[in-house]
Amino acid sequence: MTTRYEPVIGLEVHCQLLTDEKLFCGCPTRFGADVNAQTCPICLGMPGVLPVLNRQAVDYAVKAGLALGCTVNRRSHFARKHYFYPDLPKGYQITQYEVPVLEHGRLEFDVDGVTMSAGIRRIHMEEDAGKSLHADTGSTLVDLNRAGVPLVEIVGEPDLRSVDQAVAYLKALHAIVRFLGICDGNMEEGSFRCDANVSVRPVGRAELGTRVEIKNMNTFKGIHRALTYEVERQIAVNEDGGTVVQETRLWDDAAGRTRAMRSKEEAHDYRYFPEPDLPPLDVAEAQIAAIRAELPELPRARRQRFERDIGLSAYDAGVLTSERALADYFEAAVAVHPDPKLISNWLTTELLGRLPAERIGVSPIPPASLARLVALIGEGTISGRIAKDVFEAMFAGEGTPDEIVAKRGLVQVSDAASIEAVAREVITKNPSQVEQFRAGKAALKGYFVGQVMKAMSGKANPKLTNEIVDRLLAGEGT
Amino acid sequence: MIPAADWTLCALADRLATGEVSAVEVTRAYLDRIEALDAAVGAYLTVDAAGALAQAETADRHRGEGPLAGVPIALKDIFLTRGLRTTCASRILEDFVPPYDGTVVRRLREAGAVILGKLNMDEFAMGSSTENSAFRRTGNPWALDRTPGGSSGGSSAAVAARLCAGSLGTDTGGSIRQPAALCGIVGLKPTYGRVSRFGVVAFASSLDQVGPMGRTVRDVGRLLEVVAGHDPYDATSAAVPVPGGLGELPQGADLRGVRLGVPREYFPETGLQPAVERAVRAAIEQLRDLGAEIVDVSLPHTKYAVATYYLVAPAEASSNLARYDGVRYGLRVTADDLQGMYAETRGQGFGAEVKRRILLGTFALSAGYYDAYYRKAGQVRTLIRRDFDDVFERVDAIVTPTSPTTAFKLGERLDDPLQMYLADIFTLSCNLAGLPGLSVPCGFDEADLPIGLQLLGRPFDEAGLLRIGAAYEDATPWKARLPGDPPEVRR
Repeated sequence: MTTRYEPVIGLEVHCQLLTDEKLFCGCPTRFGADVNAQTCPICLGMPGVLPVLNRQAVDYAVKAGLALGCTVNRRSHFARKHYFYPDLPKGYQITQYEVPVLEHGRLEFDVDGVTMSAGIRRIHMEEDAGKSLHADTGSTLVDLNRAGVPLVEIVGEPDLRSVDQAVAYLKALHAIVRFLGICDGNMEEGSFRCDANVSVRPVGRAELGTRVEIKNMNTFKGIHRALTYEVERQIAVNEDGGTVVQETRLWDDAAGRTRAMRSKEEAHDYRYFPEPDLPPLDVAEAQIAAIRAELPELPRARRQRFERDIGLSAYDAGVLTSERALADYFEAAVAVHPDPKLISNWLTTELLGRLPAERIGVSPIPPASLARLVALIGEGTISGRIAKDVFEAMFAGEGTPDEIVAKRGLVQVSDAASIEAVAREVITKNPSQVEQFRAGKAALKGYFVGQVMKAMSGKANPKLTNEIVDRLLAGEGT
Repeated sequence: MIPAADWTLCALADRLATGEVSAVEVTRAYLDRIEALDAAVGAYLTVDAAGALAQAETADRHRGEGPLAGVPIALKDIFLTRGLRTTCASRILEDFVPPYDGTVVRRLREAGAVILGKLNMDEFAMGSSTENSAFRRTGNPWALDRTPGGSSGGSSAAVAARLCAGSLGTDTGGSIRQPAALCGIVGLKPTYGRVSRFGVVAFASSLDQVGPMGRTVRDVGRLLEVVAGHDPYDATSAAVPVPGGLGELPQGADLRGVRLGVPREYFPETGLQPAVERAVRAAIEQLRDLGAEIVDVSLPHTKYAVATYYLVAPAEASSNLARYDGVRYGLRVTADDLQGMYAETRGQGFGAEVKRRILLGTFALSAGYYDAYYRKAGQVRTLIRRDFDDVFERVDAIVTPTSPTTAFKLGERLDDPLQMYLADIFTLSCNLAGLPGLSVPCGFDEADLPIGLQLLGRPFDEAGLLRIGAAYEDATPWKARLPGDPPEVRR
């Protein structure tokens, strides 16, 4: 009988906070500046410099913690974590160790329509390191623009029991930090980074297997592949009678495998000790209350409301709440014209077909215009087909739907007499098709409708056109 | 040439303010003395004659603007000075020219001070004799074959030899007070947080404090007023107002109503040089004659101070010195790989004492040892602080010897680090507790070597210590005794 194994996964997520300045100095945090342009003596680790805490970063961290149901420690401490690396200017990273700012939270997420949850052990604040660029010449170049950018590390409990759960957890967390506006969530640029602790154990066994840390996963897809690979690798090691070694492994996305980076024996002794240059971090009750009061509706709650109160499908609600800006856009449009289903359709198929969700906030079509477009269809002013042309024109920045319809003369023709006159002409000009239709080739009706539409530049009311064509082909009134 | 070096800092500042002398002629007088005498003393690592004269010219154009307008001072080479080499007496920073001024340097410049140059010290302020400098030895102006103390030995020697009007040092375990005592000058280690540490090369962050060194208590008070006060760039600096008038303390005040504690632990049966004990006991009697009430007190955890200090300070130092890796500034010794570059750079860049302390500190912070060493040291530190809290409920200040001995011979303790560490037994507790401490001259031994009296005060009561110190100084002849100039050696 073969043993069945279950994976045990815990995720550690680093989020770069969207503060204006770095964690301990006044340098800007914008991504993409010239190499080493966003540095000063403090983040370069010059002799004599001292850190001064950016309180905006504290607010952002607390925001994340409250959204995840964490306890806020009224007093926490910073610590130094030591290791030598060229992109770590001081030879230590300022982080939090024994007492982090936030602890004991929980994250809910859905896997195949089932709601699950996993514990958040702690959230601590720390500074990012710089970037090392290994040049072809064999030398290493160091860019310290990122050094000192504020991070929160969100440490999850090992509560995840499948790769799908792990990815769902991560996506839920990603949506939350973006909803909160504290992190841009850009995985490729490294502002949302995930490491995983993975072990496997025979189903039913209580004690955990040996844990392996996986690093260097940069996309949701990559994470799925990496964790799947690693779980299978560990199961295979067990089944071959081997033992999993405690180590850190790097995911190689191109090769589709993880490979050993350093063993437990090679692990750093980080020599943590309390950062003497910073006083304890105190968070006042009033500050916590103010941040709590400003918390936005979180993605899950909003999705549930979209389903329950607005009547969207679970799928549409999920898509629309994957980004706060998208959900905001949707609600703004519905507020103008209360047809949520049609607005949802136009938003998810047409607008998202042209614009990634995270750029919806800079869409050339404002929510009111999309709402107006849907209203014009509903009122019968334009047909759905014409609406697509209007949408294109709006996307190209040609104005509001009303302006475009007026300028292009796209108002739908619902005058039965005009349509009938055109339809009669079409039928008269196509005697052989009429004969075939009457001989039983019913599909030819679409040909006649199409010819009418074409003759009327698509502006004929489709419903009316169908009725008239039906009546004329049936021989009535001829 | 005007006798600028004969005037105390306060007297000089007043003469400059009235225009009786110009900053340029005062600066030239000091530069001339440095040129003539420093080859024998060895106080300076860098003399910035051109910069100093330019600052003096500026001061003369803005006469009287700023409490130190035109006053030539010199800085321990641990203070970052924009555009002026700052070495910390280490090979690893031998050619380091800082891109910024530290806060105290900025405040000195804003006060109109003229910065003559940078002074010798023990490498990274680790030592008690200035012999750990990578660059030169500094002699005690009272006996050039003896130590000026350390680590701010360049500062104490320069002030005693009148090669600057005043100086700033740093004190992590006694590095201002002990050299002040050994050179017969006044040195103040302010309360932790009183003076900004921004722009001061860090040794042990929870202990380091910047302080003034000068010929008189009022000179030191005048410097303190300029450099002290909250700094937004130092999160550990205190938002406690700095009292004024510290350079103009009333002459000939008495000490009626002042209660002074004499801790028995600071007068051990062995290890205290008899001349030092005699002078300190005599000083205590003098303080009593001035009206102070003398009270016997006890600081029972004093015996743990050396052990505690030598865990806390090296642990923090091992961390603070991690940044000297050859990557961004300072010495870089290239090698085949990254580990090699680190090893060679740090191996060649740091001296033996610095390496010893990095090793001590790295060990104390290592996994499995942290609780037994660093955490335990932190707990003992709390007990030492409580000793002082208890005593300060009954007395206004504590009186002790600053150093158990007068200046020892250069080379004498070089091979015996433990003996060297004991030079600071009376000064360490003050740093561990974060308190202010003042050393004032209180006599001489048989060999005419100066002896220092230490006054320890309540947190942020520098003014109280300076008042006691000034009253004592006014009532005693010590400040009038100056070392003779060494032989001139002009290049």
